[in-house]
Amino acid sequence: MMRVAMEIELKDIPGQLFGALGPIADLGGNIISIAHQRDLRTPRGTIPIKITIEIDEEHLDDLIARWHDVGITVMQKGEERLHESVFLILVGHIVHTDLKSTIDAVDSTGFAEVVDLTLSMPGIDEESSAGITIKATGRTEMERAIEILEQEAVNKELLLIKPLEEV
Amino acid sequence: MKRVDIIIIGFGTVGRGLATIIRKNGSLARDRFGVDIRIVGIADLRGSMMDPEGLDIDDALEWKCEISPVNSIELISKGEYDLMVETTPSDVTTGEPAFTHIKTALNLGKAVVTSNKGPIALYYRELMELSERTGSPFRFEASVGGAMPIINLIRDNLAGNQILGIKGIFNGTCNYILTRMAEEGLPYEYVLSEAQSLGIAEADPSYDVDGIDTAEKLTILANAVMGMDIAYHDVSVEGIRRITPDTLKLALDKGYVVKLIGEAVNGRIEVAPRLVPRDHPFALMRGTLNIAEITTDLSGPITVMGRGAGAIEAASAIFSDIISIYRSER
Repeated sequence: MMRVAMEIELKDIPGQLFGALGPIADLGGNIISIAHQRDLRTPRGTIPIKITIEIDEEHLDDLIARWHDVGITVMQKGEERLHESVFLILVGHIVHTDLKSTIDAVDSTGFAEVVDLTLSMPGIDEESSAGITIKATGRTEMERAIEILEQEAVNKELLLIKPLEEV
Repeated sequence: MKRVDIIIIGFGTVGRGLATIIRKNGSLARDRFGVDIRIVGIADLRGSMMDPEGLDIDDALEWKCEISPVNSIELISKGEYDLMVETTPSDVTTGEPAFTHIKTALNLGKAVVTSNKGPIALYYRELMELSERTGSPFRFEASVGGAMPIINLIRDNLAGNQILGIKGIFNGTCNYILTRMAEEGLPYEYVLSEAQSLGIAEADPSYDVDGIDTAEKLTILANAVMGMDIAYHDVSVEGIRRITPDTLKLALDKGYVVKLIGEAVNGRIEVAPRLVPRDHPFALMRGTLNIAEITTDLSGPITVMGRGAGAIEAASAIFSDIISIYRSER
């Protein structure tokens, strides 16, 4: 599933809103939010709608085609790529076990990134702690990213503290 | 009135706690449930005390009754009694001597109630099969979570529900240490020695702080109420030794506390420190309290909390087990 924010334009004729939302459900998508102001008009006389949906990537083109068939146009489309976020903590010799490679293991997936890292180093021989925020494109991808980080932790003898409720 | 003659094997804090409870609340068991509990034998490493009409509890607590050289196993195999309470010290690696004690009593058709985790975590299936074959009741509520009701809660009150998962805080020592470390910013070693001086942690704390105790309790729960068939050795265990004040500070800055969590779900058991949101019920467990969240298919999540340790607390769970065995026969 990917999350997409779009601005679409409806003609001011009955049944257009239904024509816009129906295909989303038909294609197994989810509406996350929708903003519809009935009295707002574009210079072209159409009604602009801001909508965010979750949908399988392979169905997105089909959705846009179905909208096109009923006269709905997509004006803007932007994928909210990394919408899942999880905070974790690593404890151990984080720097000396090549912090960069730990981060790279997640970043190189293409579907998850380390977006924030706070490192706390108490003393030269003591173990340090790092708070890490990971973002990922979806739930499955987040689970995968955490598994990768877990494996890194095992290999480097680090303690990975996961959240109580996993994604 | 049903008279129940019991023997207590292992007269340490929990065994003595039970004797104290029978003295204090024995009349309640008689009046309300029709169960007259008498202690007819007590055995410990120093020998045993016996009286077929029931020992005087005040004298027994002081070891002032006549002490005979009869040892535990002789008392169990030759004594006249209905139910054995097994409260010897728990051994994680062998489950002995409790394992032999329990097998012997069950084989003789005697009922058994225990607080001893070792034998149940290691030999649950074997003991249950023996209990079924001989028709001898076998209860062990006190082995998990002290006074916090969980095994009987699931078996009785949640009967008919599928148990999808159980997670919670099951070790008061770890919870005390993590709470103090987080609130005072003190290092692990310092808080550990403080806990030791308060009697909250053992001289050798590894059983608690390395997560072994939590793993044993989860194994018992997984086998007894989740229908899993897991040996204690299959559990992935990580304790709290590596947590530093910095770890807790980083967590707190993001709105989390760190708790040692035991979780049984999807056929697997994991014991590890986890990040718990500060507004989650688990985060509110300070000191030595235990809490468990049971996820069921019909009733949704059920949360229970209570005192997880202490002689009277564990003994109270044993006392309830004894009553429930004989009450159900009325």
